[in-house]
Amino acid sequence: MSETVRESMEFDVVIVGGGPAGLAAAIRLRQLSPETSVCLIEKGSEIGAHIVSGAVIEPRALAELLPDWKERGAPLNTAVTAEEMLYLTETGSVRVPFLDKLMPHMANHGNYIVSLGEVCRWLATQAEELGVEIYPGFAGAEVLIENNRVAGVATGDMGITREGEHGPNYQPGMELRGRYTLFAEGCRGSLTKQVMAHYDLRKGVDPQTYGLGIKEVWEIPAEKHRPGLVQHSFGWPLDDQTYGGAWLYHFGENLVSYGFVVGLDYPNTWLSPFEEMQRLKLHPAFRKHLEGGRRVSYGARALSEGGLQAVPRLTFPGGALIGDSAGFLNVPKIKGTHTAMKSGMLAAEAVVEALASNRPEPASFTQRVKDSWLWEELRTARNIRPAFARFGMKKGAIYAGIDAMLLKGRAPWTLHFKHQDNEVLKPASLCEKPAYPKPDGQLTFDRLSSVFLSATNHEEDQPVHLRVKNLSLWKTVNWDVFRAPESRYCPAGVYEVVDEATDPRLQINAQNCVHCKTCDIKDPAQNIDWAVPEGGGGPNYPAGM
Amino acid sequence: MKIVVPVKRVVDYNIKPRVKADGSGVETAGVKMSMNPFDEIAVEEAIRLKEKGVATEVVVVSIGVQQAQDTLRTAMAMGADRAILVLSEESPEPLAVAKVLKAIVAKEEPGLVILGKQAIDDDMNATGQMLAGLLGWGQGTFAGKVDVADGSVRVSREIDGGTEEVSLTLPAIITADLRLNEPRYASLPNIMKARKKPLETLNAADLGVDMTRRLTVVSVAEPPQRQAGVKVGSVSELVEKLRNEAKVI
Amino acid sequence: MTALVLLDHEDGRIRQAALSAVTAAAKLGDVHVLVAGDDAVAQEAARIAGVSKVLHAADARYAHELAEPLAALIVSLAGGYDHIVAAAGAVGKNVLPRAAALLDVQPIPDVISIVDGDTFVRPIYAGNALATVKSSDTKKVLTVRGSAFDAAAAEGGSAPVETVAPVDSPAVSKFEAVHLSESERPELESARVVVSGGRGLQSEEKFHILDPLADKLGAAIGASRAAVDSGFVPNDYQVGQTGKIVAPDLYLAFGISGAIQHLAGMKDSRVIVAVNKDPEAPIFQVADYGIVGDLFEIVPQLTEELK
Repeated sequence: MSETVRESMEFDVVIVGGGPAGLAAAIRLRQLSPETSVCLIEKGSEIGAHIVSGAVIEPRALAELLPDWKERGAPLNTAVTAEEMLYLTETGSVRVPFLDKLMPHMANHGNYIVSLGEVCRWLATQAEELGVEIYPGFAGAEVLIENNRVAGVATGDMGITREGEHGPNYQPGMELRGRYTLFAEGCRGSLTKQVMAHYDLRKGVDPQTYGLGIKEVWEIPAEKHRPGLVQHSFGWPLDDQTYGGAWLYHFGENLVSYGFVVGLDYPNTWLSPFEEMQRLKLHPAFRKHLEGGRRVSYGARALSEGGLQAVPRLTFPGGALIGDSAGFLNVPKIKGTHTAMKSGMLAAEAVVEALASNRPEPASFTQRVKDSWLWEELRTARNIRPAFARFGMKKGAIYAGIDAMLLKGRAPWTLHFKHQDNEVLKPASLCEKPAYPKPDGQLTFDRLSSVFLSATNHEEDQPVHLRVKNLSLWKTVNWDVFRAPESRYCPAGVYEVVDEATDPRLQINAQNCVHCKTCDIKDPAQNIDWAVPEGGGGPNYPAGM
Repeated sequence: MKIVVPVKRVVDYNIKPRVKADGSGVETAGVKMSMNPFDEIAVEEAIRLKEKGVATEVVVVSIGVQQAQDTLRTAMAMGADRAILVLSEESPEPLAVAKVLKAIVAKEEPGLVILGKQAIDDDMNATGQMLAGLLGWGQGTFAGKVDVADGSVRVSREIDGGTEEVSLTLPAIITADLRLNEPRYASLPNIMKARKKPLETLNAADLGVDMTRRLTVVSVAEPPQRQAGVKVGSVSELVEKLRNEAKVI
Repeated sequence: MTALVLLDHEDGRIRQAALSAVTAAAKLGDVHVLVAGDDAVAQEAARIAGVSKVLHAADARYAHELAEPLAALIVSLAGGYDHIVAAAGAVGKNVLPRAAALLDVQPIPDVISIVDGDTFVRPIYAGNALATVKSSDTKKVLTVRGSAFDAAAAEGGSAPVETVAPVDSPAVSKFEAVHLSESERPELESARVVVSGGRGLQSEEKFHILDPLADKLGAAIGASRAAVDSGFVPNDYQVGQTGKIVAPDLYLAFGISGAIQHLAGMKDSRVIVAVNKDPEAPIFQVADYGIVGDLFEIVPQLTEELK
């Protein structure tokens, strides 16, 4: 809380987060109601700075939002031309035949391989042309709740020193008040967490479950480039208990997007998602694409995998949750962008209605979602991910096939997630340590040189934004029981155990944080709270990411 | 007194520059751009002089493409009063920039022009000096401290091995070095207000300046990778090699 | 072709970097040098190997190498020269661009390699890229990086010294004072030698083991981010991506693993020495000389051997 009086500004709608959901909502609002004032804030230094995604986009929502997206120059430039789904063993791979029949969710005809960051930058120019005010470099740090209503948000104070004092360049945050506030922070949003707790929005729904996606962009020799190729894999190197798989897309100017997703409900405390992602590149089915190329970018972000069963209550007095803050990602399709955008558009429609009739909350949002293709799509997909969680990878795959091909997503039952991701981690003594190879500096790399490529930077002299609520719990839980899983699951090397042999202590290198939110999700005792650092800090993902 | 501060839009200092595969230059397409950090320091100094009552108006100027207006808006959000955008192709040479600025100075008649000492893209460290030469004004380059009083300005300059103080009659040119100040944040309320401050757009051609480049880039390459050297077995061996082989002690 | 080299000097001695500028100019043709200062300096200039003529600007107005008078002088002399050269130090960078503007040419600063009379290589983006540029100006004005060219021999030449008359220039500047650093420790960013410590130093007290060595070498002290984060030294010692970028002649890294964020801050050092007990530490990939061993034994030994 800031002691200085803050300036405040009023808008009709305030949007927190400049990703696909927030931007789609902003555009739709101004399309439907050109006099509605819309203010969008984004914690990254520019739109797209914190956006990392595969990504293969289904243009369905974009076409509804801006039917002439092609003429307007939307950067959807690489159409999908070929697809492969591989089951990997340690040395070999098996192609899944009849992909569109066996795994209809995966059919990518008509879709585009994109850099989602570039798409967002383009969406932002469309939004600004419509008169949306966009302010990158400003983090939503506080939800303003007055008379039990969300009145807006306050941006974080700038220029606070490491000790929490006002530095020489101190600037208090600003209050952005809106008749409605849309939270579009993406998966595990920091303000969204507060709103969910305050209004108990998760009551009666499954706990959210997450994945961690880690990605690299490579520039490869022109002769090897096959733009439009979409390759996915599952199996090696993950075991039957661990959900996940890799992607590899050829797109753009000799670029390859390579990435790996691990379900954060993994039980083995010795698992290192980063090192799994690195070693998979050594597999023949993947290395052949990357050899001779050079790595140009690196990033990581958690994603919401709970689907329909984990969607919380969406509206509350003064606002709504959209995009992955709510959790609309379609897991079997591995796509969340079109669903995020659609949710933003539907929320915009509900907000316009609520503005006109002066409703306390944009309550029609929930019904609009239920009446739309968004809900239908998520319904069809709802049993796939929980099946993997329940039955393991092999049986889950069989179930998934049956559910998709025979039941066509219309099973009369719904499988549920029963546990939070942090609850299923097993003690170190009960887990086997995987044998990860050392980085070779050609295809595989270490964390620090990877973080370097994310162009991550935070203002040095500021409070550490990763708060360990109870430090003694770290020793008794994280170290004694689990041997510091955070030093392994963090893809940026933020958490380090020093003096392991004599007096183990946790060192937090907050500067490296890429804002993926995994620690907030996976810490066994939920002892780590990810709070937003000073605006403008964090990764600066480049074009191509 | 009016102060003119030229600002340049450059690749953001956090971004690691990437040389294009064809060696024609550094990749700037789709790369995050920001105000040159030394120019931020220059803007900050001008605003502090205004806050002290030494200056009455701070005018920022940028010479480049249309998007440079974002940089000008940021400067106005820091506190500059008004902006001029001179449209030209991307990243003109200091010689051309100095000539454009000379024309602007003729229009604006400032008492001081404060520039960043160099731009972090071309690292030329020339524009301020060249402008001073064309105007016949004094130059206080690599300034670490600036004191204005009674028609003159005393500048403490960073030189090899220490600092030097010079005094210049006004009007004069100052180029800002790192230690001059720490620029303020552009606060959100000020960014919002800056949208309404005046921004004038001109064409370089209208100012009668020939923007033709004198230097052509033949090629751009990454610096050679450092190779691993040798491991030596003892301290004596190390000292011997440093003395006789590397000749560095 | 003839080049005119502006020789800068400090404390009555011609600077090392200026001697490198002479070597660079020699690649372009005959070398004349311009010295603004007293007789002794002019005589010293005359003894530099490879110099065919010394122009001595003895007038008091040139004594402090102020840009306004010196640039005007250079312009008045420029007629006979194809290239005007200076070391890329404080004086060269201050004076030559002003002269270039008066000659209506685009200066070429920080040259590290001369391809031919028109074509030069220079660093851009803080040295992250090297640009080869070709100048279409008939007269070229350039500054050269001292570290990129060997210094010309200070003895062996015997050039004639010619006094040049002062020329008029706008009377707009006045030298007031100079303060040369007297502290034992030079500034990190301009030090010739840097002694740097990492996490291997283990504690704030133990970090001081580097002090006698730094004293011996007249070095600045630096540190890795890990050492700063562990509280061994304050943040202004930090060398690296988020700290200071240094390019000394000699960089000694003790107990520093060599993460890329640190390398970003010191990779342009002329000579890198690394001492680390881990033979696989990445720092050995960039060090010219490495010792695998215990720094707590090696640092005192090294300090001793340098006596």
